[in-house]
Amino acid sequence: MIEHLPALMIAVPLFGAFIAPIFKKHYKGVSIWAIIITGITVILSLLLAKEVVTGGIMIYVFGADKPTLVLPSGYSVPIRIMFEVDAMGAFMAISATLMSFVGALYSYSHVEKETGLEKYYSLLMLLEVGILGMVLTGDLFNLFVFLEIAGIAGSALVGFRNYRGEASEAGIKYLIVSAVASLMVLFAIGILYGQYGNLNLAYIARNISLNLVDMIALGLLFTSFAMKCGAVPMHYWVPDAYTEVPAGINPPLLVATYASLYALFRVSFTLFANIVVDLARVGWIMSILGVLTMFIGVTMALVQKDVKRLMSYHAISQTGYMLLGVGVGLTVLHDPSKLAEFGRDAMAGGVFHIINHIIYKSLLLMTAGALFYVTGTRNLNEMGGLARKMPVTTISFMVGAAAISGLPPFNGFASKLLIYETSYRLNPLLTVFAMVTSVLTLASFVKVFASAFLGPPLEKFENTKEVPRPMIIAMIILAALCIIFGLFPNIVLDKLVYPAVDALINFAQYHSWGGLA
Amino acid sequence: MSFTLTTPSGFWNPILWLVFLALFSIIAYLIYSRGNPSYKKDTEQIKPYLSGNQEPTKEKIQVKAGDIYWGFIEALKEYYKVLQAIHTGDMRDYILWYLGVGAIITFILIGGV
Amino acid sequence: MNGSIFVNFPFIVVAVLLALGFYTIGFKRNLIKVVIGVEILEGAVNMFIVALGYVKGGYAPIYTQAPPEAVGKMVLPTPQALTLTSIVIGVAVTALMLAFAVNIYRHYGTLDVTKIRRLRG
Repeated sequence: MIEHLPALMIAVPLFGAFIAPIFKKHYKGVSIWAIIITGITVILSLLLAKEVVTGGIMIYVFGADKPTLVLPSGYSVPIRIMFEVDAMGAFMAISATLMSFVGALYSYSHVEKETGLEKYYSLLMLLEVGILGMVLTGDLFNLFVFLEIAGIAGSALVGFRNYRGEASEAGIKYLIVSAVASLMVLFAIGILYGQYGNLNLAYIARNISLNLVDMIALGLLFTSFAMKCGAVPMHYWVPDAYTEVPAGINPPLLVATYASLYALFRVSFTLFANIVVDLARVGWIMSILGVLTMFIGVTMALVQKDVKRLMSYHAISQTGYMLLGVGVGLTVLHDPSKLAEFGRDAMAGGVFHIINHIIYKSLLLMTAGALFYVTGTRNLNEMGGLARKMPVTTISFMVGAAAISGLPPFNGFASKLLIYETSYRLNPLLTVFAMVTSVLTLASFVKVFASAFLGPPLEKFENTKEVPRPMIIAMIILAALCIIFGLFPNIVLDKLVYPAVDALINFAQYHSWGGLA
Repeated sequence: MSFTLTTPSGFWNPILWLVFLALFSIIAYLIYSRGNPSYKKDTEQIKPYLSGNQEPTKEKIQVKAGDIYWGFIEALKEYYKVLQAIHTGDMRDYILWYLGVGAIITFILIGGV
Repeated sequence: MNGSIFVNFPFIVVAVLLALGFYTIGFKRNLIKVVIGVEILEGAVNMFIVALGYVKGGYAPIYTQAPPEAVGKMVLPTPQALTLTSIVIGVAVTALMLAFAVNIYRHYGTLDVTKIRRLRG
């Protein structure tokens, strides 16, 4: 059972996704079905993480029992599709399953008035399949297939409210961006396949010769994944998509974005880790992209009037922190003394920030969804005085806002602290930008808090009530996670984040399928 | 089990921080409790003083989100003009930016700089 | 023949198609044409992979009734399999994009990309 976990992680939500349309018109049934399936995947991912963190890299070969199997003709390169799960992949899998579960729970009430819900939940689980496949696979073409699955399911969900023209607009924008990005990924995979005759990530990484054509492939992969994870200046699709998607899908969609970030890390750390000279260059590109991303994202957020759009720009700006943290680590990857001194902690900050950000940004987007559910508008100018009517939403929002601004003792603080302290060692200017961004983040959330929740109670919101219970439970789960991760950062770091970082740093381990090759 | 997170140049312990927070809030409360107790609820005292004018409706005196940070945005007008010009919302520009950035990154990677 | 322009001809076509696809996405105003641009890109990538899979003097890996000289000269059919998968995915993407286009036309009354930008700023 345990050795089949990587395959089950894909099979269970895929099964759920294909069963969901059978529930036609039984919307309560299908939402409970989705909650059950995503709940099972949460348990599976926790089991998987436990197995990987204690037992090292897990290999699952489809159609054979070990990756080194040789064909009768003596052809000895891996030709089968292979899942290779290291601690980084397991870390992302936990984030993905947890957020899909919370999203399904939240959707139970949030979209109950819409029609076509069996397709909605089917797509939600397909999105989860896409994310999980991307983070678990050890095969480049498989990565492309799952990237496309996540892209198609995600954009169909973005355009779910098809009675709104804006939703279709956001949907086609997201779809074109993701289609072009994945086609260029496929092109780069073709370049690599043409030279090395294989699609296995570890095999290519072992044999890569890093000539001119390889660097072009790296450039294509890097840019495509950077666009899919919303790095400035290719971030324009992010606010459109996040704004129009139903708030219950925001958490998985956020993880889908970070699955691309994971692929970016996987490509630069695992596939191209042997570039001794140029890796610092890749790291600098990543750090500078990160600084640009966080600063432009947050300044655009300050002037927004649409609450979800404002938060989407913050999602962009927080991605910058992850790029900065991991980029700093990548810059010094081949310098053991500097790596031990601050590189490893920088990467820990970046990776820890992924899960922190997923948690508090999902929480914030869900409170925005709750505001929309109650007031029927997303325009901040028309809201006011809702704190008395919606106490739980208000408290959740305060927790999320404090966490995203890096106020202690919430979870954003620990990861930002690590990033500040380590990026300072590379270049103090990077830290200055990171801190200014944090201040501006707090400023814009004060704006949301003041205009939506504070102020005199307005007459038009006389009869508003707190949102239904499933939405409240989903928000409380995430708010509690914010506080727990903030109070015990060292435990989360030791159990989850440092193993993931070490998995990225010890790329030789990944290259050899955990010592099998 | 220790709750201290050791960072490259220091440490961070949220539990210790909370203890200090509790301590300081007690001190703050002590100072607060020694304040002037003449405030009375549900009297004329809590009404805003508007020189005898009629109090406007709640909708009118609410500070709208668009007005917050007006000064900040006014000061950085030039910067925001550039930013809004870039954010066209035209899906073709999304792809053109991708092409441009991709060309620059590939150029740097193949050793152009 | 070897080393002449004919060997690289498919790759030249791929480059032309890529340029054409990006031009169509980047500079055409009609949404349907943008969709066609994505399709051209997909064709370019598929053609690239198929062209990579061609090995001169190789045999299709079908063991039944294979001629004796084919032994040891069979080609791994991975690129063709990749292309098939990619084509199937491409169909799904196109269908979804066209569905969005229909819905956009219904709500906006136009397919002009410069007018389909209520979401911006």
